[in-house]
Amino acid sequence: MAGTIDAATFRALQDAAGADFVGELVGTFLEEAPRMIAELRSAFDAGDVERFRRTAHSLKSNGLTFGALAFAAQAKTLELAGLAAVKAQGGDPLAALAAEYRSAAAALEALARA
Amino acid sequence: MREIKSAPARLLVADDNKVNRLLLARGLELQGHRVAMAENGRIALEMLAREPFDLLLLDIEMPEMTGFEVLERMAADPHLRDVPVIVTSSLEGMDHVVRCIELGAEDYLHKPVNPVLLKARIGASLEKKRLRDLQKEMVQRFATRAVAADLDASGFALGGKHVRATVMFSDIRGFTSMVDSQPPEETIELLNTYYTLMFDAIGGQGGVVNQMVGDGLMAVFGAPLPLADSAGAAVNAAREMMEMLRLLNADRKAAGKPELAIGIGIATGDVVAGYTGTHDRATYTCVGNTVNLAARLETHTKQAGEPILVDGETRRALGKAVATHALGAVQIRGRNEPIEVFAVPVA
Repeated sequence: MAGTIDAATFRALQDAAGADFVGELVGTFLEEAPRMIAELRSAFDAGDVERFRRTAHSLKSNGLTFGALAFAAQAKTLELAGLAAVKAQGGDPLAALAAEYRSAAAALEALARA
Repeated sequence: MREIKSAPARLLVADDNKVNRLLLARGLELQGHRVAMAENGRIALEMLAREPFDLLLLDIEMPEMTGFEVLERMAADPHLRDVPVIVTSSLEGMDHVVRCIELGAEDYLHKPVNPVLLKARIGASLEKKRLRDLQKEMVQRFATRAVAADLDASGFALGGKHVRATVMFSDIRGFTSMVDSQPPEETIELLNTYYTLMFDAIGGQGGVVNQMVGDGLMAVFGAPLPLADSAGAAVNAAREMMEMLRLLNADRKAAGKPELAIGIGIATGDVVAGYTGTHDRATYTCVGNTVNLAARLETHTKQAGEPILVDGETRRALGKAVATHALGAVQIRGRNEPIEVFAVPVA
C-alpha cells in the first residue's frame, strides 16, 4: 500500500513544511478530494468541458504534491485527453481515478499517522 | 548557492485549490513572510485594491477569474502594475509560460513548487521591486511632480531612447577653497540652501535635476517629458538661477561672508536618455555629445568670463526671444571642429 505514495516526495514535503503541518494538509486533501472527484463527475455528466479539465488539473496538482504518482497520472490523462475523448471511451472512465484515489488516501492516512 | 536575503514582506497567494494554497502559504511563512490568501482571481484583485502587497503568487487555472485575466487587469492598473507576480501553475505546455511572461509576470514556477527555488525567486523579485520603488522615489525627489506622475502612469518602463533635449551643467566657482576656510556644517548648510534655490529655478521651468556632484549639478530640459521650448526653458532657468544667486549673495555680504559665483553651460541636441545604474543604484540620466558639450561649456565660462554660455543649437532654438552675444568659434576639448559659443546676458 505504501508503494502508492512516492516516499521521497512525501519525505521532502515533510522536511520542507514540517511533519505536523503535512499531517494537517493530508487531512485537508482527504476532505477536498472527494468533493473534487464529485465535481469532476458532475462536469462529466453535464458535458462542461472547461470545468472537467480544470478539476482534473487540480486533482493532478494535489496528487503530485503528496507523491501520489499513479493518482496524478490518472488525473493528468483526463486533463490532457479532454471531456470529449474521455466520453468517447464509453464505460465509466472515472472509475480508475476513483480507485487510485482510494488507495492513495489510505496510504496517505497511514503515512500521516506514522 | 548564494543566499538571497529577503526582508519579511507582505505576500498574497491566489489559488483555488485549498491544498496548494495552504502549502504555498506555509512555505512563505517559514521564510518569515506575512501571507494572505485568496481563493480565486477576483478575490485576489479585491484584496490587492484594498491593501498593499509586495508580491503576488498567482495560480492560472481558477474559477471566476483566471490568472491570465488577473495579469491583464494588473497591467492596466497603474496602482497594481508594479506589484511583482510569480505564477505557480502545473499547466502543461510552454505556451502558457510565454503568455504569462508576456502579460507581465515576473517568473513562472511549475507545481509542485520546489521550496528552494521558490525562496530564490521570491528573494530576486522582492529585490527588483525594492529597486523599482527606489527609482520611483529618486525620480519623485529629483523630478517635478508632473514628470514623476507621467513616469508613474507609463509604468516606469523607460528603456534607452533618443530624445531631443537641452542639457545644463552648473558649478560653483572656487568652492573647494571656500570649503577649506569654513566649518564643515556651514559648507553643508550653504550647499543645501544653494541647491534648494537652484532646484526651484530649474523645476519652475520644467527641468529635471538628475545629478549632483559636490557643488555641481546636471539638469535636463525636454526629457523624460518633452518640452515645447527646451532651450528657452533652460536659458530662463539659468537666468533665474543667477537672480537667486544675487539674492543669496546679498545676504552673505550682509553677514560678512564671501560671495558665490557660478558658471552655467547649456547645449541642445540629441541625447540618449534612460535609466542607468547597477543592481544597487539606478538613476534617470542622459548621455551623448550634447551632454559632453554642455559640461565643456560650463568649464569654458571661467575662461570666457561669462556666467552663462550656450551652443549654436540652443542659440538657434532661442530665436529672437533672447539676445545673446557671439563669442566666435571656440576649440572645445573633445571636439575636432571649433564650435560656435554664445554668451547669455544675466538679465
